[in-house]
Amino acid sequence: MSSRETILNRIRQALTDVPLAEAAQDVTVDRSYLRRHGERTPEQTAELLAENLADYRAVVHRCTNAELPARIASLLAAHGSRTVVAPAGVPARWLADSADVERVPEESTARQLDMVDTVVTGCALAIAETGTVVLDASPDQGLRRVTLVPDHHICVVRVPEQVVDSLPEALERLSPRRPLTWISGPSATSDIELDRVEGVHGPRTLEVVLVRG
Amino acid sequence: MSDATSFPQAARVSVRNAQLRGNLRHATHTIRAKRAKAVAELADWDRLRAAGAAIKDRTLRHLDDYLEQLETAVTAAGGTVHWAVDADEANRIVTRLVKATGETEVVKVKSMVTQEIGLNEALAAAGIRAYETDLAELIVQLGDDRPSHILVPAIHRNRTEIRDIFRRQMGRWGRPAPQDLSDSPAELAEAARLHLREKFLRAKVAVSGANFMVAETGTLVVVESEGNGRMCLTLPETLISVVGIEKTVPTWRDLEVFLQLLPRSSTAERMNPYTSTWTGTTDGDGPREFHLVLLDNGRTDALADQVGRQALRCIRCSACLNVCPVYERAGGHAYGSAYPGPIGAILTPQLRGTASALEASLPYASSLCGACYEVCPVAIDIPEVLVHLRERVAEGGSTTRDGARVTIKPAKGHAAERAAMRAARWAFEHPRALRAGERLAARTRRAHPARLPGLSWSASRDLPTVPPEPFRDWWQRTHGGEEAK
Amino acid sequence: MRVALFITCVNDALYPGTGRAVVTLLERLGVQVDFPAEQTCCGQVQYNTGYRHQTEPLVRRFATVFADYDAVVTPSGSCAAMVREHYPRIARRAADEGRDGELAELAGRTVPKVHELSEFLLDVLRVEDVGAYFPYTVAYHPTCHSLRLLGVGDRPTRLLRAVRGIDLVELPGAEECCGFGGTFSVKNPDVSAAMGADKVRNAVDSGARVLCAADNSCLMHIGGTMSRRGGGPRVLHLAEILASTEGNVT
Repeated sequence: MSSRETILNRIRQALTDVPLAEAAQDVTVDRSYLRRHGERTPEQTAELLAENLADYRAVVHRCTNAELPARIASLLAAHGSRTVVAPAGVPARWLADSADVERVPEESTARQLDMVDTVVTGCALAIAETGTVVLDASPDQGLRRVTLVPDHHICVVRVPEQVVDSLPEALERLSPRRPLTWISGPSATSDIELDRVEGVHGPRTLEVVLVRG
Repeated sequence: MSDATSFPQAARVSVRNAQLRGNLRHATHTIRAKRAKAVAELADWDRLRAAGAAIKDRTLRHLDDYLEQLETAVTAAGGTVHWAVDADEANRIVTRLVKATGETEVVKVKSMVTQEIGLNEALAAAGIRAYETDLAELIVQLGDDRPSHILVPAIHRNRTEIRDIFRRQMGRWGRPAPQDLSDSPAELAEAARLHLREKFLRAKVAVSGANFMVAETGTLVVVESEGNGRMCLTLPETLISVVGIEKTVPTWRDLEVFLQLLPRSSTAERMNPYTSTWTGTTDGDGPREFHLVLLDNGRTDALADQVGRQALRCIRCSACLNVCPVYERAGGHAYGSAYPGPIGAILTPQLRGTASALEASLPYASSLCGACYEVCPVAIDIPEVLVHLRERVAEGGSTTRDGARVTIKPAKGHAAERAAMRAARWAFEHPRALRAGERLAARTRRAHPARLPGLSWSASRDLPTVPPEPFRDWWQRTHGGEEAK
Repeated sequence: MRVALFITCVNDALYPGTGRAVVTLLERLGVQVDFPAEQTCCGQVQYNTGYRHQTEPLVRRFATVFADYDAVVTPSGSCAAMVREHYPRIARRAADEGRDGELAELAGRTVPKVHELSEFLLDVLRVEDVGAYFPYTVAYHPTCHSLRLLGVGDRPTRLLRAVRGIDLVELPGAEECCGFGGTFSVKNPDVSAAMGADKVRNAVDSGARVLCAADNSCLMHIGGTMSRRGGGPRVLHLAEILASTEGNVT
């Protein structure tokens, strides 16, 4: 007998108290928990997102779509970035004002990315109640390693269309087939005396730009 | 991994370690208050908790179907599924997969299950070096130590001890720590970042566990904070995930419950910094090869126990450890397994059986105060299971080991206790005899010492003085006439 | 209403003063209370130590002795919790295993009538001010089984707040277990003692003259630890404070 069969047989033997006719759906799951925690206008939802992002030490910026290239340029300058990687799907105009910063191709190896100062991406969506941005490796977010190895991540969220209130609302908009990265603030650890410290292996600085229009 | 030292024997030593006590007290009290606050933010916490328990029960009652569904979905998405009946088989599978890549080192994401099966030791025996990349696991590995907490394996170490370990040991494993390293957590984290980065960048094989596996889609989920998980799940060419069969959840939608319950219960955050989900392999992004090793190792034996099976709902948040007064004083090592604290006290004896002194003592490593049940996000009634397992130890009876029904004898060393229990029961069934005994005690009370040599109770506390007359005599004297009516 | 007192084995043998206080208090409130002499022990120690089969006869005895009363009041949160939370479970298991099929029915009739003292006062008699007088500083320790198993909530402190002359102060770390836990204190003496020492320190830090709880077994452990460690507040059962009146303070 294969180990697969051994395990499946043991499970069936262990569950002799479960009636044969019972279907999984017969085990009731009461889903009366809340779809979202509070009713908010899109405006309030965006405000909550900003608040919760900041609470976990992400740096939040707000601008209009027209202002975005200048805002990104100023963030790169403020960080002293000389190199930047932006996935292929990032609109060219986002970096239009940052011509002085060298563009590194998305396909770079992890070692090459380790030398890159900043990564600029969009996102799949953002969750207000938890202060989370979710990347799903779409062309404007790129390969997972691109948003992982550089130490500085600028993530652009289109407000209000990319912002959902809650985790249940996020899951139903995301595809499990795509590799997802949920990011809530910069890398952190609670491993020393159960006290939170920001900054270990992922980007130590996370800047989220909430863009309107 | 099995340890012959019983829990009380191990605790006798650890409870006297003032440094350990201080570290644990500080850490658990810090997180306790934070968890309470994070949970209080959600008005529907009790409903989420009930839904979490129900989804896990649904999964467990139909686990065979869900595992087959999971296997189909993972395979369809480009992954390879392996099945391991026990620790040895899982270790053999992982060793073989690593050897097939030609590599001699792997990077590891923190995983309880690889601790449970002793994977690092098995890999080392095969000439493969496993690098732990979670900060706390790194502290444990560099300190040649054992984990003592599910979430924070190095909780027994304070910042100064961690600095000393880094200064002394990092150089032997790779990039040394700066000699002027201070004990500020930020500097310690920075030292770990630099030390591990070279390992991430050159690693070709990673080993992980998973927090959840979605049967319907074949998706695995890893919840973490530091980014070491992302590094391991993304950069290497080969990813091997070893996961207990009970980590399955039926649907993608079910994650909406667990991704709310877990972070708030665990690190007391609305959401942990990083959650990664992946389904098989993705062309050009992440590992080219993905292996999932599904592990039994005693889980089906626990599943066969209708009271004990609720322990398999556990999502390893560690909230029960952080509120447990026994864990806080005894420390994690006294539990003698990868699973310390209240959950370990009910999981270890079910996974390994109750034959040895350690496992037979674990169900008693609790005052049954109930704090663990109160905070458990999937409503595991830990006190109920503890008492149930005590019965197995004290009275023996029918249980399942390695898939077979067996009848076990009462554990050794309980004979005197059993006799005492029988005697007490006899007295309690004969109120007149009880009354006579009470009177005798009352009459001889002046001769009772406050401490009795050999009685462990009186080692640390005085015995109560016996009153001149028991209540029933007073009642008889003052209200006796009314009894007749 | 026919009311019975379940004294508990520990109170009967070691803390008769608590039983006398319950009787005094209830009689003062106009309740005539019976003490069926055939009662013994709820079986909690046996059950919680793993001797479920030894517990069954005690469940039967309890359910029979108290079957005909309208209410059973007991000055122990822990024993009340044993009866209310575990008796149905024990009876069900006995039936499942083919023993004593009537036990479930018998227990089912008696169990819901069992009340811990503070529950009886507030839920059955509906009195919050029991007319007590107690001019001391008191800290209340909410024992684990009262708090988490039985769920008495703030009933004891509501009763205490209504006591004239009392100064109720906060006990630091109040909800933490004192470390008694029945046979836990014998099987794990070192951890139990460490927990007890912390509880004593908190009791001393509270500045109270009296440490009050609704369970004498916990107070026995805390008091025994205190007397060994050089003293601390006097330990007193809730009933003894509630029974105190002007000119007749415990």
